[in-house]
Amino acid sequence: MQLVLEKRAERSRTIALVSPLIAIGLTLVTMSVLFAVLGKNPITALGVYFIAPLTDGYSLQEIAVKATPLVMIAIGLSLCYLANAWNIGAEGQFLIGAVAGSWIAVKTQGTEAGHWVLPAMLVAGAAAGALYALIPALCRVKFGASEILTSLMLVYVADLLLDYLVRGPWRDPAGFNFPTTAEFDPVATVPVLIEGGRLHLGSIIALVVVAAAFVLLDRTIKGFEIRVVGVAPRAARFGGFNANQLILLTFAVSGALAGLAGIIEVAGPIGHLQPGISPGYGFTAIIVAFLGRLNPVGILIAGLFLALTFIGGEQAQITMKIPLDVTKVFQGILLFYVLACDSLILYRFKLVSAAPQVQRAAR
Amino acid sequence: MLLVEAIILSVLAASTPLLLAATGELVTERAGVLNLGVEGMMIVGAACGFAGAWMSGSIIIGALCGIVAGMLMSVIFAFMTLGLAVNQVATGLALTILGIGLSGLIGARFVGERITTAPKLAIRGLTDIPLVGRILFGEDAFVYLSLALIVAVWWFLYRTRAGLVLRACGDNHVSAHALGYPVLRIRLLAVLFGGGCAGLAGAYLPLAYTPFFIPGMTAGRGWIALALVVFASWRPGRLVIGAYLFGAVTILQLHAQGAGVGIPSQFMSALPYLATVIVLVLLSRARTGGSTAPAALGTVFVPDR
Repeated sequence: MQLVLEKRAERSRTIALVSPLIAIGLTLVTMSVLFAVLGKNPITALGVYFIAPLTDGYSLQEIAVKATPLVMIAIGLSLCYLANAWNIGAEGQFLIGAVAGSWIAVKTQGTEAGHWVLPAMLVAGAAAGALYALIPALCRVKFGASEILTSLMLVYVADLLLDYLVRGPWRDPAGFNFPTTAEFDPVATVPVLIEGGRLHLGSIIALVVVAAAFVLLDRTIKGFEIRVVGVAPRAARFGGFNANQLILLTFAVSGALAGLAGIIEVAGPIGHLQPGISPGYGFTAIIVAFLGRLNPVGILIAGLFLALTFIGGEQAQITMKIPLDVTKVFQGILLFYVLACDSLILYRFKLVSAAPQVQRAAR
Repeated sequence: MLLVEAIILSVLAASTPLLLAATGELVTERAGVLNLGVEGMMIVGAACGFAGAWMSGSIIIGALCGIVAGMLMSVIFAFMTLGLAVNQVATGLALTILGIGLSGLIGARFVGERITTAPKLAIRGLTDIPLVGRILFGEDAFVYLSLALIVAVWWFLYRTRAGLVLRACGDNHVSAHALGYPVLRIRLLAVLFGGGCAGLAGAYLPLAYTPFFIPGMTAGRGWIALALVVFASWRPGRLVIGAYLFGAVTILQLHAQGAGVGIPSQFMSALPYLATVIVLVLLSRARTGGSTAPAALGTVFVPDR
């Protein structure tokens, strides 16, 4: 028996819609096996992971809080991937955005600075993220250096810069030597939506970003250019679209969104700058982008789903002693299944036995 | 022992995992497959290598566990990209994400355990030669193995018929297919070789470099190995130079930190990563005349039977 791919005459629309669902289904089956191997009851474990967080108000808010950075970053990444530009350094752009915004928060701390502080922080975060993302984009456009490797290397650099700042110049003098800045002033904090809750203004910004991306891709010429450059580079050249300019644009936008997500995370749920502000949002967002089929609405749903796995993973660790790394394994497996199922959109899978072929060849 | 001697010894040790992983990736890419999952295969190799060595008490069994683990990871990659014709970049990223999770899961119960690292070669008379003795005749087996491997790969790629066929698959898979060569099978073997090398490179870290396993201990070495292949213009000879240069950067920044140079340690630690970016830019720039990359690198091939 041999697996053979047969190209479909055209993209299958039905499969394009159901393939993420098939992928999630297959992932759940695989996870059940993994839970059983770890000696946990798969049904109970899946319940803790995927059902329990949906049943109380606190967890629901927490899902929205976690989904906020994931969705914002993934929207930006989807623009890059649609244009066939591979930004995989969103994690670094997220950290740099957080650092740049925090700079304003730290410098205005304890002063009479008014309500301009938070908007200035958000702008600084987005600008820094965009500039940081433009480094690999420029290296690619000007010198032809692989943007995949350069954008990833800059993640480590951003991480070390943040580490230096909170251990050195920005450390809270009253912080018992912990590597963290002082708590941000109220004017430097993203306001919560419900008094005493966790849900904050950032989630609204994320929804605006989703809507804007939808309009951009569906209703504007720039959006059309981005998609054509990715799918048919030759056609794009004949159409007079500037591919290099689109690489710079998509990298800048995705960097800005990652940077904005970074400063919102620091000025919102965390409240100060410290190492480890991201549990790998920049990398998980890659999965979100693909699971959402590089489509803004799809990304919103996929972001909420992956946020659910973060919350479920934490609860499973507390109540069932399941290691946190299971969440990462889950995310990796999910991405594999998503990519594999996407292959079904373009190809038909056929199992053929080798025997008849041999006969034909003999004849 | 002289400081220079100590530095050279530690440069060799730091370079070996880079050289091993990059050797595997070089063969994979020469066959036309871009496997970005080197970091993931390495870290799983590190976890399984340590687990194997700790349970069996044997470094060799540990190294074999690392190789097998890396190969198993690469089988997933091969099934996806060769079998199902999925985008290689995305699959490589998935492999890295999965690898980081799996290694944490496998390695969790070994964190805090220690083993005796691989023994160093000791030949009476030779190893005692002042200055060069320990550098040439006092390394662990992995160092010699990594050098033997890259020589073997050079010989295979440029001096054997099979190597020529492999390079043909990487440069033009349609022609190779038309000539009757089994492109996908050759690529599968190349991917497996790359996985084994990455697994061994990962296993080197807890088996010879440090005597323990910590999560995330590969610290981007897999990505640097990928950059090294570009640096080497896909040629084995330059790969050795590149790997040792990068090892040297890593070690020199460590020594500079130790000597208390007035630069914050984080900036020194960022050096290898910044160096990678700069080298990639300089090389890509020097190469504007025409790319030396295998022509079919990273492209999907579906035979039309």
